[in-house]
Amino acid sequence: MTSTQTAGPHRRPVRRKSGYRGLLYIAPAMALVLVFFVLPVLFTVWMSLHKWPLLGQPTWSGLQNYTRMFSDIRFLQALTFTAKYTFFVTIAIFAVAFPLALFVERHRPFISFYRTAIFLPVVVGLASASLLWVWLANVDSGLFGPLLQRLGLTSGKVNLLATFDAAFLTVIAMVVWKIAGFTMIILVTGLQAIPTELTEAARIDGAGRWQRFRYLTLPLMRRTIALALILSVTGSILAFDQFYIMTSGGPQNRMISVVYYIFNQSFVSFNLGYGAALSIALLAILVAISVVQLWLLRVGDERP
Amino acid sequence: MTTKADMRLRRQRWAAVRYHGIGLGAAFFFLAPFVITFLSSFRPNAEAGLPPLPPWPTTGVSFDAYRALDTFGSGIWRHMLNSFVVSTGTVFLTVVVSLLAGYGFSRYRFPLKNVMFVLIIATLMIPFQSILTPLFIILARLGLNNSLFGLTLVYVTLQLPFSVFMMRNAFDAVPKEIEEAARIDGARDLKLLVRVLLPLVMPGVATVAIFAFLNAWNEFFAALVLLSSNDNYTLPVLMTAVRAGRLGAINWGAVQAGVAVMVVPCLFVFLLLQRYYMRGLMAGAVK
Repeated sequence: MTSTQTAGPHRRPVRRKSGYRGLLYIAPAMALVLVFFVLPVLFTVWMSLHKWPLLGQPTWSGLQNYTRMFSDIRFLQALTFTAKYTFFVTIAIFAVAFPLALFVERHRPFISFYRTAIFLPVVVGLASASLLWVWLANVDSGLFGPLLQRLGLTSGKVNLLATFDAAFLTVIAMVVWKIAGFTMIILVTGLQAIPTELTEAARIDGAGRWQRFRYLTLPLMRRTIALALILSVTGSILAFDQFYIMTSGGPQNRMISVVYYIFNQSFVSFNLGYGAALSIALLAILVAISVVQLWLLRVGDERP
Repeated sequence: MTTKADMRLRRQRWAAVRYHGIGLGAAFFFLAPFVITFLSSFRPNAEAGLPPLPPWPTTGVSFDAYRALDTFGSGIWRHMLNSFVVSTGTVFLTVVVSLLAGYGFSRYRFPLKNVMFVLIIATLMIPFQSILTPLFIILARLGLNNSLFGLTLVYVTLQLPFSVFMMRNAFDAVPKEIEEAARIDGARDLKLLVRVLLPLVMPGVATVAIFAFLNAWNEFFAALVLLSSNDNYTLPVLMTAVRAGRLGAINWGAVQAGVAVMVVPCLFVFLLLQRYYMRGLMAGAVK
């Protein structure tokens, strides 16, 4: 039963009596993945080729669901809105997270307190964070309205969720508050991987703070920045909770994200087949973006 | 009069003031929403409709907001229990399933092993948001629609890529000699796994458990879609009813209380087990 080979520290896993015993150990995991992941993915493709109502028989419709989305103005609006949101929220998150990462990178008194405080919103749910900010931003008993008034920035009551621009800014502010700590920690690991000798050498050579940042820190951080960027972009494209909870689609339904639109089509209008086709489109977009980002990362790598 | 040393001391002091000024400012921005909500949730009904300036109760501490929260859905205890059952169920199943799978992937060779590992990791590439519609139908066919158990199974599946990866690495780090020795002493299979190896991979288990708990406790979209009866709502889904308001009037006190109920367990778990959470974050991000 036991192996007769001498034990070395880097030995490959030994083949035991039954090579298939390992399958028993991974069987539960595989069963879950097959039933709740592989099957649904395949099923999504199948459904997308049908007219599929909640009740009644699904009927084959070929690529009709796919051609439909190109003339679906509300879908195209959702797409544009999601792109716009992803663009602005990613910039906002980096604008806050990068300075914070530089701030908390080194060990200084009370740094772990500051770090933890900034990170705390990351561990609460997006739904909780959205609810919290809906209250802070609401017109009657919120905090921001009276605060802005006291600071003399507005006169009279302001409803931050009533106009598109104000609601958009409020949602972005919430997401930055919730996510910046996460991006910050990722950037900190990148910063800490930079050898201190390099920065010391640059300092001795007379490079100023900005020069060191521009010509040393930024290039060496490229992989980390790319990782944080990919996580932020893919996360934003899938945004749903904040729009559903904070603005219920926003003023004049202008804040419907792609996932929100899929939700509406599938579970409000019960066009399950069309919802599935939209899901495939979303997947294609995500894959395309990941490929482009990975490619950009590799192209950059060729420059030393 | 002022010496060089004096100047340097002054400059250092100014740097310290600036440093702590920025630190406290940032800490305030990120902590204030929690503190304000938590304090406000103890204001009496009469104050709940007023702006939170100041946020603490001015006419005595009261539990009005929590009582108001209890009038929504099937009562707050019921929904807390739902969330608790789903989260602990997810933690338990995720730990068991990923422990077994991690062990299998780390110590055994069998056909298609790499294909299956990649398949589990690939779950990360396809967001669950895009397969909710078929999941809804598959769960219905399995008789698991609108069930907390069905939702738990979905959450466990979502946790698997990270957890299996984590556990496989944990087992890879355990020296083979320990296992060989235990085998010679007669420990085998599950007994070996539970008695000998489990204590050695405990840090990995803790990491997997924290992530499973936080993700299941906080998840909103799948719960919204897959749960259809009031009785089964988890906290985030219940809160959509509170947020929507009755007859157009929103009880903001109840919203504050609900946020407090949802947020406090997360903060507690995180602050208690920060070390493991951070380790998991690094492993997850670098991968």
